Parts: sequence; structure tokens; C-alpha cells
Amino acid sequence: MIRTVASLRSIAFVLALGIIIPILLIFASFLQSEPKIWQHIVDTLLVDLLKNTLKLCIGVLAGTFVLGVGAAWLTAVCDFPGRKFFNWALILPLAVPTYVLAFVFIGLLDFSGPVQALLRANIVSSLKWFPNIRSPGGVIVVMSLALYPYVYLLTRNAFKTQGKRVLEVSQALGRSRAKAFFKAALPMARPWIASGLMLVLMETLADFGAVSIFNYDTFTTGIYKAWFGFFSLSAAGQLSSVLLIFVFVVIIVEQQMRTKIQFNQVGKMTTGESRIRLNGWGKWIAFGFLSAILLIAFFIPCLQLLIWFVRSISAELDSRYIGLLFRSILFSSIAAAVIVGLGLFLAYIQRQYSDFTSKWIIRLATMGYALPGTVLAVGVVIMLSFADRQIIWLIKETSGIQLYSILNGTIVAVIFAYTVRFLTAGFNSINSSMLRITRSQDEASTLLGITGLNQLRKIHIPILKNGLFTAAMLVFVDVMKEMPITLMTRPFGWDTLAVKIFELTSEGEWQRAALPSITLVLAGLVPLILLNRQSERTTL
Amino acid sequence: MNKLIHTLIFSCSLFLLATYSSTGFGQEIAVYSARKEHLIKPVFDLYSKKTGVKIKYITDKAPVLLQRIKAEGEKTPADLVITVDAGNLWHAANQGVLQPVSSDVLTANIPSYLRDPENKWFGLSLRARTIVYSTERVRPDELSTYEDLAAAKWKKRLVLRTSKKVYNQSLVGMLIKEHGKKATAEIVKGWVNNLAAPPFSSDTKVMEAIIAGQGDVGVVNTYYFGRLVKKDPAIPIALFWPNQSSGGVHVNVSGAGVVNASENKAAAIAFLEWLSTAKAQQVFADLNMEYPVNPDVPVNPTVASWGTFKQNKINLKNAGENQAAAIMLMDRIGYK
Repeated sequence: MIRTVASLRSIAFVLALGIIIPILLIFASFLQSEPKIWQHIVDTLLVDLLKNTLKLCIGVLAGTFVLGVGAAWLTAVCDFPGRKFFNWALILPLAVPTYVLAFVFIGLLDFSGPVQALLRANIVSSLKWFPNIRSPGGVIVVMSLALYPYVYLLTRNAFKTQGKRVLEVSQALGRSRAKAFFKAALPMARPWIASGLMLVLMETLADFGAVSIFNYDTFTTGIYKAWFGFFSLSAAGQLSSVLLIFVFVVIIVEQQMRTKIQFNQVGKMTTGESRIRLNGWGKWIAFGFLSAILLIAFFIPCLQLLIWFVRSISAELDSRYIGLLFRSILFSSIAAAVIVGLGLFLAYIQRQYSDFTSKWIIRLATMGYALPGTVLAVGVVIMLSFADRQIIWLIKETSGIQLYSILNGTIVAVIFAYTVRFLTAGFNSINSSMLRITRSQDEASTLLGITGLNQLRKIHIPILKNGLFTAAMLVFVDVMKEMPITLMTRPFGWDTLAVKIFELTSEGEWQRAALPSITLVLAGLVPLILLNRQSERTTL
Repeated sequence: MNKLIHTLIFSCSLFLLATYSSTGFGQEIAVYSARKEHLIKPVFDLYSKKTGVKIKYITDKAPVLLQRIKAEGEKTPADLVITVDAGNLWHAANQGVLQPVSSDVLTANIPSYLRDPENKWFGLSLRARTIVYSTERVRPDELSTYEDLAAAKWKKRLVLRTSKKVYNQSLVGMLIKEHGKKATAEIVKGWVNNLAAPPFSSDTKVMEAIIAGQGDVGVVNTYYFGRLVKKDPAIPIALFWPNQSSGGVHVNVSGAGVVNASENKAAAIAFLEWLSTAKAQQVFADLNMEYPVNPDVPVNPTVASWGTFKQNKINLKNAGENQAAAIMLMDRIGYK
């Protein structure tokens, strides 16, 4: 038995190493030095890029924390009018890609947009006081609205399962309700909040779509400048490595701080009757806060997309959309299945072996989320082209058949690239649920003779069901929205909705991009609604 | 779970089979195109209908496509690269991705300043980057040159697209070729000082800002103007052709080159040659309201109604050669 588990560990290592290679290839960019470009970047850009990136990260982390944790607390623990609706509806913005939200908000609120035009025409002639949407504040607000569901989703699970019990205990110990929230509930939800914020941080750092619509220069736009402007992939790779190292340090610091505390599941989950009833002003403030989030992050953008869609319907709508939709869904489902499988496997291995090597290999393998998609895709194409050459040579030597491509330019390449990028999202949600299975549960099952993979199947998976489902849906929606990797690695003819959005928006055709965008949002909603159902079922 | 895995494996292998079986039968050209699907597919379809040659393609940004070809190396499926600007073509040639093509058809149909002196790339449609102005707040006789947009009278009236767009990098690159770095820096500095709003992410946004009254003049590619006018002919903006008594209007090309590692060289060249002939030129340019590069092909009536102009005829390879210098210059000055 021990033997099979040990070999499982080697399989995990091989798989994880496969994931790590494209990331390592990015570090290989240091083999070629680019003194001239670095000189230029350091002299003229670096300070601003770092300042902008720092501002953006802090702003978006704070924004998603307030929105995500606030909304999670209200819907998971409190009771007020509309709670059930908000509980599921607050995930909806996850289906809206950040870049779509960005172009909708700029379209609406910029000087030439309908809002300012209406105000100028009817109310006041000068709108000097109107906040400029194309500003650091604008990017931060838009990205927070697009990304808070990650924090919400993970934190809600935490609050739901620890919920009121913690509060009751702390209140019984004589603490006020607010104090109990800050001193007990919040710290106890920390692994989930941290996982959510980590995803947000990595998304923010890797984002290129939204920031370029705002023309807001960040470290990532610097990476693309090195590549698209100076045509130096090595400089782009070197900058990306710096980004990776930064994220790596953040992850380690966070994990070190966390390992000191053990998180175990306490008792049963919150039920409807034991919620905190909000009264008077409280319930209307909660209602208003959540309505505002939903309206701004989801309903208004969707309405604007619909209006644009109606205006451009004749130019865009045709039968190709069935294909685009189908391929988006196909890519997303395969990637979700692969990533959840691998994520579960790695989480299990990490649980069984908390040794140095396993920990580090898994850490490295879950770094991809922080990398700008295109840079990562280059690593993938280089690696797969190399593998292709070897395989093709081998086949030719052994059987005489001349092939041109085995992996590169096939769906395998696309799925592999998605796995490198999104394993983090899958792994994090599975692993944080895994942390809640107590050691004593494992020990008890071992005593009953359930060990190894059986233990995973019979004990862990049923407990993890919720976490697995969350992971699958997160990855599904993430892949659906993904643009640069799909663009670079897709086979001929395999365009998706995101590809279509890219083609139209890069030509400045925002209105025509409404159709693929709205289709993308609708397709992303399906799994989100399923996700809600699932989590409702497990709570009640 | 097992069932799911089996289905997955089955569908994947089915897919792979489909991918491989589609290669190798009949003649086929693979195109990596930075020109977007809706602006190029009708041209491909026309050629396939006429010759029976199938064309498969993927679209992406030009630098990404180039990198993909380089990463794929000898085994790249790409035969032809299409970009929407000369700078990226120059880089492709410079990085050894493209091969020289000696073709009398191409040299006869395409003017020499719109193709590579070493015949590694060829312009296929011409795009003019010109001045657009508000007909409500600017008289055309107030306008003269790109350089003049740096003058104090345009303070808080100029709107520009971001310097990260290659069109602006080419424009500034060509200015560097004409005036040298020092004088160009002064011009760009003047532009930045005159900006009425932070640079926009697209030419369309630039024109919308002028229509809304945020700025009075801007610099855009003409086809973006064409698209807006097509939607609403009443918009209060118009095009102005600058530098008519000096270098001429800055033009760029959407063009193509044959990939070095192409296994289909002859078919790719045949297609490229066809693209320079009358019928193809017409469709290629009209799809996006651009100008044909072939001087024998008439300009679309809508496009012709914007007037004729003198072009800047310095060879476009200078846009590529000076691109890095242009970006550094704009970065230093703070043109975002």
C-alpha cells in the first residue's frame, strides 16, 4: 500500500514538473541580456510602472476585500429582505470578463459617453466635477467589481460552515457583535479570504485587457511593451520573471503566516433559523449595499451590452456564433475536468506528504495564474514544439511516417496551456477545503483499513464535493473569459467567443463586440447558477 | 467519473484524428493573420472559390504570431503572414521569419515604397493616417501639418490615441526619418502639451471625443472615420490632408510575406500575387474602406469622396527601423 502511494507521489511530481517547465522557460530568458531595453525601462518607465501597479494592487485588494467579505458575511450569516436572492445573484458578475466591464464602463462614463452627454445637454453645461473614469480610481473600481466574486465565493463557504456558532461562542465570552466578527469570524475565515485575495492579486497583476482599455500603464503593460514594441521576448520574459518572483514571495509569506494556525471544521453548518436578524436601518443598509454592487457590476453593464447588441445585430449575428459558443464551452469543460482532476490529485499528495520537495514542486506548479497569458503561452508553444520535434523524429525513425505536428496547434496544446495558467484557481479552492478535513478523520479511516486512493475516494471526495464543484466552476468561467492563451495556442478554425471579442475590440468596434460579450456572459451564467444550486443544497 | 474520463478520451482522440486527417489532402495554405477575420475572410473565400485552394488561418496580434512561428521553428504550419502595418512586417523580415520572393507580378502591381527593398514583404492595402477635425470649432485653413499640431494654438484641443499603438509608432518613426530625433522630440513634446485628454485606447474613441467636444483635432486612420460616417453621416467631423506642400500624408500598409519555413512556397506566392491583382485588391481594400496599393485599381467611391492627397513616399521599412527609437522617444517625453 505504501508503495502505491509512493509511486503516486512520483506521478504527481512528473505532472507538476510538466506544468512547471513552461514557467521555467520564462526564467531562461535571462540567458540573453538586453541591456539597452532595460536601461530604457529603468530610466524612463520603471518608477511609474511600479507605482501604478502597487496602487492598482492595493486598491483592488482593498476593494475586493470590502465587497467580497462584506457580501459574504451578510448573505451567509445575516438575515434581511432579499438575502436568498443576493446569495446567488452576487456571483453573477464572475461571468463578466474584466475587459468587457472595462469597455462598457468607459463607453458609459467617459466624456463622450451617454451619461455625461445627457448631463451636459439637460442639466449643467460644465462637468468639471465629474470624476474621470479613465483614471487610477476608475481602473480600481472596475477591477474590484469584476474580481470581488472570487473573494465572495470562497469566503461565503467559510462563513456558512463556521458561521454563527463562532459568533455565539465569542458573544457568550462577552464580546460585542462587531468585535466577535473582527476577532473571531474574520480570522477563522482567513485561509479562504486569503485564497480569494490571492486569486484577485494574481488576476490583477496578469491583467492586460482591462488596463490597456484604460491606457493605465502597469508592470504587465511594460512586459508587453518590451515584446510588442521592442520585439524583445527576452526582456519581456525577464520582466515576467520579476513579476513571478514577487508573487512567489507573497505566497510564501502568506503561507508561513498561516501554517502557524490550524484550521479545522467546527460542527454543523449554519441553518436558516440561527441567522442574525438585521433590524431597522441595518437591513436596508445591507439591502442597499448589495443592490448597488449587483446593479453596477452586473445589471447595468448587461443592459448596456444589450443596447449595443440590438444596434449592431445585423452586422454581427450569424450562424458562426453557434460554433464560437460550442468551442468556448468545449474548451472550458475539458479544462475544468483536467484541472480539477489534477488539482485534487496534487492537493491529496500535499496532504499526504508535507515534505519539502512536494511542497515546493506544488507551489511552483501553481504559479501560472500570475503570469500574463501571452508570455506563458510562448513558454507552452516552445515546450510543445520541442516535444513535437522529438516525437515526430521518433515516429519517422521507427515507422517511416512523416507527421507535422502532434501537440502544437492542437486542442492538447490549448488545454495544457490553460492547465498551466489556471491550475492555481482549481488547486486553491480544493486545497482550502482539504485543509478542513481533520487529521482525526484520516486516522479514523486508516484504522478502518481505508487508505491510499481509497481514502481519497471514499472519505475525502464526498467531504470535498463542494470545494471540487467550486473549483470546476471557477476554472470553467475563467477559461471562458480567457483571451491571450486561446489566441496564441488555438488550432486553425478554433475561434471562441473571447477570440471574437478580441477581433472586434482591437478594431475599436465596441458595439459589435456586444454580441459575443453578451453570449459569453450568458454561457458563463449557466455554471454559476449550477454552482449556486449546489451550494444551496449543501447548506440546507 | 470513469465514464466521464472515457468520454473525454474518446472525444479528444476523435478530435485529434479529425485534425490530422484534414492535413495533407488537396492544396491548402495556412495563413497567420493580424488582419481580423471579418476583414480578410471574404478575400480568402474568393480565392478558394476561384482556385480550389483551401485557406486555413488563425488571427492574433502580429508580434504574437511572429513569436508563434519562431517557437514552432521548422515545423511551423504557417505559409503566409499578414499584418496590418509595415513595422511588424519589417520586424518579421528582420528576425528571419520571412523569405524573399522574386515575382514580376508583385513588383509590377505594388509601388516600390510600399514593399520591402529585399522583397520579403509586400503592402496589399494602403491606410492613410491623417488629421481629423471638428467642423464646428475648426476651419480647415487653420490646419496644415502634423508638426503644426504641436503649436500653441492647439493647447487643450488635441486628442490622440495611445503611443502603444503601432500606427503612432510608425508615424513618429517616419517623422524621425524626416526630421531627426531632436526635432521630432520637440514635435511630440508639443503634442503632449496640447492634449485635451489623456491618450485614448482607439482611433474611434479619439473621434468620439472630438464629436462630444472634448477636443478639436486628432490623428486617425481614415477607415475608422469611414466606419463612423457610415453609421451616422451627420457627425460634425471631417478629414484634413496634412503636409501637402511638404512630405505628404503618412501612409502605412496592411501587407504580407511568405514564411521562411513554409512547405508550400509556390502556393503561397501564387496567392500573394493574386492578392495584388485588380479583383482581389478591390475586395481587400473595400472591406475596410482602405486604398488599394495597386495604382490601376480604382478607389471605392465612398473613400474617394474624402478627396485625393499627396502621400509620403519614403519607403515604409523606415517605420520598422525607427520603431524602437520612436517608442523610446515617446516614453521619455511622457506620451502615454
